[in-house]
Amino acid sequence: MASLFEYAPAPESRSVVDIAPSYGLFIDGEFTDAADGKVFKTVSPSSEEVLSEVAQAGAADVDRAVKAARKAFATWSALPGSERAKYLFRIARIIQERSRELAVLETLDNGKPIKETRDADLPLVAAHFFYYAGWADKLDHAGYGANPRPLGVAGQVIPWNFPLLMLAWKIAPALATGNTVVLKPAETTPLSALFFADICRQAGLPKGVVNILTGYGDAGAALVEHPDVNKVAFTGSTAVGKKIARHVAGTDKKVTLELGGKGANIVFDDAPIDQAVEGIVNGIFFNQGQVCCAGSRLLVQESIHDELLDSLKRRLSTLRLGDPLDKNTDIGAINSAEQLARITALAETGEAEGAERWSPACELPSSGYWFAPTLFTNVTQAHTVARDEIFGPVLSVLTFRTPDEAVAKANNSQYGLSAGIWTEKGSRILAVADKLRAGVIWANTFNKFDPTSPFGGYKESGFGREGGRHGLEGYLDV
Amino acid sequence: MSESSATRLSVFKTYKLYVGGKFPRSESGRVYEVTDSKGKWLANAPLSSRKDARDAVVAARKAFGGWSGATAYNRGQILYRIAEMLEGRREQFVREVGEAEGLSKSKAGAVVDAAIDRWIWYAGWTDKIGQLVGGANPVAGPFFNLSTPEPTGVVTVLAPQDSSFLGLISVLAPVIATGNTAVVITSEKSPLPALSLGEVLATSDLPGGVVNILSGKAAEMGPHLASHQDVNAIDLAGAGAALAKELEIAAADNLKRVLRPQPVDDWSADPGTSRMTAFLETKTVWHPTGSLGAGGSSY
Repeated sequence: MASLFEYAPAPESRSVVDIAPSYGLFIDGEFTDAADGKVFKTVSPSSEEVLSEVAQAGAADVDRAVKAARKAFATWSALPGSERAKYLFRIARIIQERSRELAVLETLDNGKPIKETRDADLPLVAAHFFYYAGWADKLDHAGYGANPRPLGVAGQVIPWNFPLLMLAWKIAPALATGNTVVLKPAETTPLSALFFADICRQAGLPKGVVNILTGYGDAGAALVEHPDVNKVAFTGSTAVGKKIARHVAGTDKKVTLELGGKGANIVFDDAPIDQAVEGIVNGIFFNQGQVCCAGSRLLVQESIHDELLDSLKRRLSTLRLGDPLDKNTDIGAINSAEQLARITALAETGEAEGAERWSPACELPSSGYWFAPTLFTNVTQAHTVARDEIFGPVLSVLTFRTPDEAVAKANNSQYGLSAGIWTEKGSRILAVADKLRAGVIWANTFNKFDPTSPFGGYKESGFGREGGRHGLEGYLDV
Repeated sequence: MSESSATRLSVFKTYKLYVGGKFPRSESGRVYEVTDSKGKWLANAPLSSRKDARDAVVAARKAFGGWSGATAYNRGQILYRIAEMLEGRREQFVREVGEAEGLSKSKAGAVVDAAIDRWIWYAGWTDKIGQLVGGANPVAGPFFNLSTPEPTGVVTVLAPQDSSFLGLISVLAPVIATGNTAVVITSEKSPLPALSLGEVLATSDLPGGVVNILSGKAAEMGPHLASHQDVNAIDLAGAGAALAKELEIAAADNLKRVLRPQPVDDWSADPGTSRMTAFLETKTVWHPTGSLGAGGSSY
């Protein structure tokens, strides 16, 4: 790209992280091979370089891990909360100490820019453990009655878009409340969870309290369906979430689901355009748009449509796509070939259905999985790109005339995870926020996260909340 | 009733459904015999159909905007009004509950008193639950961040089979207290106290459609309501284990919030808050606060 600004490469050093050629499953405090000896490779999405080979868990391994977690549950849940807290504080501190290493690792395995892993993922991961550590000895005061009890063994299945952060969201509240954990990271991003297993060892966490099973969807299904699992926590697609909801029917398993979204980002005519443009870009291009709460539908008031789109296109032309380890990179790689194919197919559907496609001039690297930032204009509510979650750097632009129309269009979705509002008028923010059926609403900002702030969706975006006092409920017998 | 006046034949009541603030018969034209605990005929109750259930969902959805948008204070006043209306018709309900559940007059009286008090309990909760489960979140940054509870939407309630009145009110009141609207399927065997409750609701300033009461078979209507795409949640209190499982599977289709049946020994015990929180969403709103720093004002 003949850019306005030329930058010299500024890559973060890979030397801070030492990736072993192979990893086992982490069960009962030990790394072990899968029972059937199966392994799979994990690659760097930006180069397709094989990073390591990891064990592929099967049903027998799931059973072994659940048994280990069950055995550990008796002593772990009986520990005074203040002692559990100290383990979690240790983990939070070790994560802070090793955060550069983990940031580089995450960028290598996931493909997202180092800027994001370093400045967003890792600080939030450490903060999440620190936050829930503080709850462990205060559960009597959490508003669920005296002496709320843990559920038992938690089976947790997490996605590839924020591998370590989603691990933190799952493990920290589970351990703080006295549960033990079997966690399965996504098959395309197994490494940071395995490094976390090492952190558990460094922290002296009793064996069996945390078990990590790398593997595919079959292992996740076996974990969810295991009869000795008391709690299922899942973050991922709505389709899989529905399957899980059916599987647990008629059991005593408690479930929390964080699923898909099609967030509306609403820009009113009095919004400060430059700030709104930054928010729109952050809303849909953060983490290559592979974010369940992405602001993937831009609803812009008709009178400022042209002006806003001009600014937005100008801004997109300055985004830097390329080596995720480069500290100046804004847009990294798509996580997998499979996801790239899905994004590509949905974008083609958008064109075929008559929406207008636009991308900035943007050179894509020759190896790895890449997708240029993409806008669709002239989108109607019936278009696939306005309805389906694309989970990629693709923004669909719709217009509205009145606040009521904006609310109606924003709520016209099976999902209800996030929404954005851009206006200088306070009463309008509050009125529109009140009417939007979504679990997280960002006004004059977007994609903000904090361990104290409950996160989760309405409707088919799932149920239960993660973060804050609310996040304890899913792990307590209340 | 008629013993005291040999010359006058008493007037029977036609028990009807309560849907959208009106008292329709089942569109199917079907009724079934309701008997007391000794098998004596009491009335013919409507045997509601899946079409009745769908009509009830439409009414409940239509009512949701107004009811969820009403102030918590207003909802509390209306729930209190329901208690007042019930108190005035106490004798009628003591008789109906006694007949339905085979209770002595004094035991039935205690049940009705507990049911009236249950409305009072939830009337007081409408403007308090928000502070209990919501609040400001101390995020690490210059943001105003507030979580508030919101009603889930249209809730299907399978009322308990045994406790036809106190049980029903104990599961219904917490659903509507927070602003949800409800489609209730009564106890199949003892629907009459619930159907009479509709007459109380209709005269308590409760907007039509907020509560819709259907008598009939949970096993017949349940699957249609559990799979209904415009129902947001389901309380399975009145379902047996097999039906509850079937309905929970159907409910997964649009990820309804599901409250599984729990054993209840004593419906008059302190109900706590969990029946309200089961049908609440949490909405969290962020806004930058600006800051006054060395760099000057940024707000």
